[in-house]
Amino acid sequence: MIDVLTTRYYYLATFLLLGVGTYMMIGNRNIVKKVIGVNIFQTGIFLFFIAAAYLDGANPAVLTTDAPHVSPLPHVLILTAIVVGVSLTAVALGLVVRIYDEYGTLDADVLWEVRNDE
Amino acid sequence: MSDLVPFAVAVPIVGSVLALLAGLARSKTGWPVAVVASAVHVGVAGELARRAFFEGTVRYVVGNFEVPYGIELVVDGLSATILVLVAVVSLGVLGYARVAGPRSNAFYAAYMLLVTGLTGLSITGDLFNMYVFLEITGLAAYVLVASGEGGRSAVAALRYLLVGTVGASLFLLGLGYAYVATGTLNMAHLAELLAEVGHTTTLVRAAFAFIVVGLLIKIAVFPLHTWQPEAYASSPDSVSGFISALVSTVSAYALVRVVYTVFTPEFLAANPLAQDLLAAAAAVSIVAGSVFAVAQTEVKRMLAYSSVAQFGLVLAGISLVNEMAMVGALVHLVGHAIMKGGLFLTAGLVATETGARTVDDYEGLADRVPLGATVFGLLAMAMVGIPPAVGFVGKWYIALGAVETGSWVLTAVIVGSTLLTLAYFARLVERMFFREAPVAPEETGATADEADIAADGADVPAADGGDRPSTPETVSFGMYAVVVAAAVLALALGAAVFEYAQYLQPTVTSLLS
Repeated sequence: MIDVLTTRYYYLATFLLLGVGTYMMIGNRNIVKKVIGVNIFQTGIFLFFIAAAYLDGANPAVLTTDAPHVSPLPHVLILTAIVVGVSLTAVALGLVVRIYDEYGTLDADVLWEVRNDE
Repeated sequence: MSDLVPFAVAVPIVGSVLALLAGLARSKTGWPVAVVASAVHVGVAGELARRAFFEGTVRYVVGNFEVPYGIELVVDGLSATILVLVAVVSLGVLGYARVAGPRSNAFYAAYMLLVTGLTGLSITGDLFNMYVFLEITGLAAYVLVASGEGGRSAVAALRYLLVGTVGASLFLLGLGYAYVATGTLNMAHLAELLAEVGHTTTLVRAAFAFIVVGLLIKIAVFPLHTWQPEAYASSPDSVSGFISALVSTVSAYALVRVVYTVFTPEFLAANPLAQDLLAAAAAVSIVAGSVFAVAQTEVKRMLAYSSVAQFGLVLAGISLVNEMAMVGALVHLVGHAIMKGGLFLTAGLVATETGARTVDDYEGLADRVPLGATVFGLLAMAMVGIPPAVGFVGKWYIALGAVETGSWVLTAVIVGSTLLTLAYFARLVERMFFREAPVAPEETGATADEADIAADGADVPAADGGDRPSTPETVSFGMYAVVVAAAVLALALGAAVFEYAQYLQPTVTSLLS
């Protein structure tokens, strides 16, 4: 067990990030912080992919044929996923701006209440 | 010959960009551009479906890379069905949105982007590509939900975004597990390699769990449905019709793809617990969705909860792993899309005409909006599952499949779901046809004449006085045409199912083998 913890620490970090992100989405009342929570959540998954491709002492798979080199495919996938994440954040922040214009608050609890009163 | 496949994705993307660009030159050009793109899309989808059903599976590898490395697009009977559904429904809703919907070019650009995402989801043969299309679908759907007036839709969209992103991210994590286990992302290739790795290894099980839970969030199965009622209820009428008809449906199709093509029935055979959990989720979703639907006072929220129950039914069909249930699940997917989309659009039409948005407002609706009430009643009865409507056939096949495998609890829930569906639709039908309309608006004690005018005109204040999304002034011919077409389709498709099932047979057999 200790062995796994010391050699696979990046997976621990992944799930720590997932946990922090989820907690921020649920526990925080500020909707901007909720959006940041989504970002942290996604970052955890990015880390998972990058760690999965990592090989001890390996070269990057750029301009070299020396073996061993790290698997480039997960990195490419994550580039795509990052782009997706950026667009999501943009849309989310756009919504936050509109909500603020409309209600003048960023507090989620107040927002759900306002919504129920309507 | 298979060069047509990428056009199914390319046409709506081009339509989306053109709609945005046309808006720079002249405003209000979005609708015609979207209609032309959508019509071409229907043509492409129809031709692809013809080939898939009569000439066998169509495959296309993007950019001529070899198959396990390149992104593959696959159109078999299953994806062809969903592809045609997406194309036809999106064209139909455009006919409705001409007068009813938000009219800006940006709206139509997002609309075509959503069509792109849905199309891509239904024909992709690559798991990571599926994730990307899932997110395109999600992004466009959040934007469309937020396109309503007032802050309510923006709040609903933000909530949808938070939950939906978690769903898609879990999907991504799950496919990461599958990739780590096998080193490939092509669905057909994954199926072989996952079997080699072993279906009972922790890595493969975890991959399955993450992917399925991620998709269940997107489908809105109880208790992962929390984003859905608010999103459907607070978006503009044409958007809730469109999203309710397609977004969850295509996500459910993606689940079928993942369970049957990637993990294959052998995975479920090796992990009975996974299968039992799917069935349990289905049963709970059917019951809980119906109970919540009965408790709603707002019609659109009630319809939204009804979707939770209906997708429980589809999930039941998926979890049973036999031909009958599989055909049933597919028929119910298509049928539900047409019926629920039609119901949302009719609810929007009725609200436009009379301002009626709550269950109580529907009293005596048959006198005020005879055609709208008739269509609503027909679609509601089709949804309950009165033969020969398509709602009956789908349930019937799923129930037969449940009987065939001897899962009696599930059979009882599926048969009982008809009663549950009746529980929330019957009260609307009863109010519409068998009760008098409230004669005078209470606050003024107006004369009967004035009440008549008020009932006819669009100047009736919303019943609860709240600032509802403001409704357009008139009900157009296009709106009526679309909802009537939905009702006719819901009744007529029931008859076509037997023939369709025969064409689908080869696909289902290959998926279940």
